[in-house]
Parts: sequence; C-alpha cells; structure tokens
Amino acid sequence: MVNGKMAIVGDGESITVFKAAGVSAFPAEDETSAKEIIRKVAKEYKIIFVTEELAKPLAQFLKRFDEEPYPVILGVPSKNGSSGYAEEQLKSAMERALGVDILYKD
Amino acid sequence: MSRLNVNPTRMEMKKLKARLDTAVRGHKLLKDKSDEMIRRFSVIIKENKALRDEVEKELSETLKQFSVARSVTPAYQAEAAFSMPSVAVSAECGTESIMGVEVPSLNIVDEKRFDGLPYAYAEITSEADRSVERAAALIPKMLKLAETEKTVRMLANEIERNKRRVNALKYVMIPQLEETIKYIKSKLDENERAAVIRLMKVKSKA
Repeated sequence: MVNGKMAIVGDGESITVFKAAGVSAFPAEDETSAKEIIRKVAKEYKIIFVTEELAKPLAQFLKRFDEEPYPVILGVPSKNGSSGYAEEQLKSAMERALGVDILYKD
Repeated sequence: MSRLNVNPTRMEMKKLKARLDTAVRGHKLLKDKSDEMIRRFSVIIKENKALRDEVEKELSETLKQFSVARSVTPAYQAEAAFSMPSVAVSAECGTESIMGVEVPSLNIVDEKRFDGLPYAYAEITSEADRSVERAAALIPKMLKLAETEKTVRMLANEIERNKRRVNALKYVMIPQLEETIKYIKSKLDENERAAVIRLMKVKSKA
C-alpha cells in the first residue's frame, strides 16, 4: 500500500472548497491548460478529480489513463451541476462490455 | 473458408490436430472467463450508478452552498482563507485483481479526522464552514466512486478485448484448422487409393 495524494483540476470557484478540505487544487481555465496540468499532476498524484466541463473535451486524452490502475481520474460535477458526461461514459462502457443497456433502459 | 498453406503430410496433420485441441480448450476457457467478467461487471456498474447519483447530488448542493457563502465574503479574503489547508487528505492506494485485471483499490487514511477549519472563524461566514465540512465528508465517497468508476472502465476494456479473442478463436482459428485437417485427410486418402490402384494395375499386367 502506497499513500497517494489527491488533486482536483477545475475552474477556480468549484475547487476552492476542496482546497480548504485538504485536496490540492489546480485551477485551469480551458481544456488546453487543463491538459497540461493533468499531464503534470498525473506524475505526482494518484487520484485526480477533474470537473466535467474540462473532462468532456478531453475524453480522448483521459482514455489513455484507463490502461493502468493509477492514476485514477474521475469526472466530478462543477458548480453548474452535472453535465451528463459521467452518465455517457458509463453508458459507453456498458455498451462495449455487455452490448445492452441495463441501467437506463426506460 | 480459407485453409492454411501446409504440406499434406501425416506429420502436419498431427501437429494441426494438437493445435486444434488447444484452440478448442482455449476457447472454452476464455468464454468462461468472459461470462464471469460480465457477471462481475454488471454488479459493479449498478453499484457505480447508485454511488454516482449520490455523489453528484451532494456535491452540487455543497458547491451551491459554498458559492453563496463565498459571495458574501470579499474575494481576496476568501482566497486567503481557503488557500491554507490545515489538513492534507491522502489515500492508501493498492491494487486488486478482478479476473486478472489489476484495478485500483483506495482506502482513505483515517488518522487525521477533519476537525479544525483552516481559517479563523471571524473571517468567514458559518455557511462556508458548513460547506467545507460537507466537502470533507464527501471525499471518502468520492474516492469510492473513483475506484468503482475506474474499475468499470478497465473491466469494460478487458471484456471487449476478451470478446475479440473468443470470437477470433471461434470464427477464424478453429474453422481454419478444421478445414485444413479435412483437406490433409482427403489428400492422404487419395494418395492411398492411388497407390492401391497402381498396385492392382501392375499386378494385372504381370
């Protein structure tokens, strides 16, 4: 067991509260800077939260991290609420693995 | 169906039969593996969905609350107050194996409970205190979510890969081997018949 640190990447307002709670916060304005920051942060931190606004355009880039157990990158909703990004990801994983939708079939 | 390009000899046939045997056994094993992975996957994905909904709801509430709290404090003051965390949370990171897939397993390190706020009470409204507390309380759940979501993604990739392997064996490898073995057998039979006929011809002339 190794101790891993946590980081959060997102727009300034959504991440301040986590900073106070002890998670290292890295503000990023747009996807390009977020990409750079994530690349840097991924070397040091094991768990990285990324707000959905930034994670959505970077989906292709973030897919690369799925090959190894660490770092774990998780999309979290920002102050504007959930964008449905996570749901989409979940759906696509499910469709690839099972071929059917067992959660959102209604 | 295409057959392999080999010499129709008894040696080759023996080799191919051994390969077919292995292929059939491998196919069965991989299929079992795939079934079990899919079973595990459907359990985990349901768990993930429930957790996701919970975290999203709480998180957006917390953030809303916080943004209200922040708006009543001067920006520079808020910035200064929140930038100095008194605690640093970290997690124990291990790995776990689900059907041979290495997935992360996270445990929050529980030695330092979140007790003090990182700023003086006078600077910041109690609204903000509460949202910071809520955010801190939410972190273990977010970790759990991070763990399951990563597991789901990794498992989905592995299932896909495995499925491809199973199909390749079932629809390409096995039929090809069967076809080739059949071909060699018929060639060998033909040779044998030719030899018999030749013998008969030679004998009848004598």
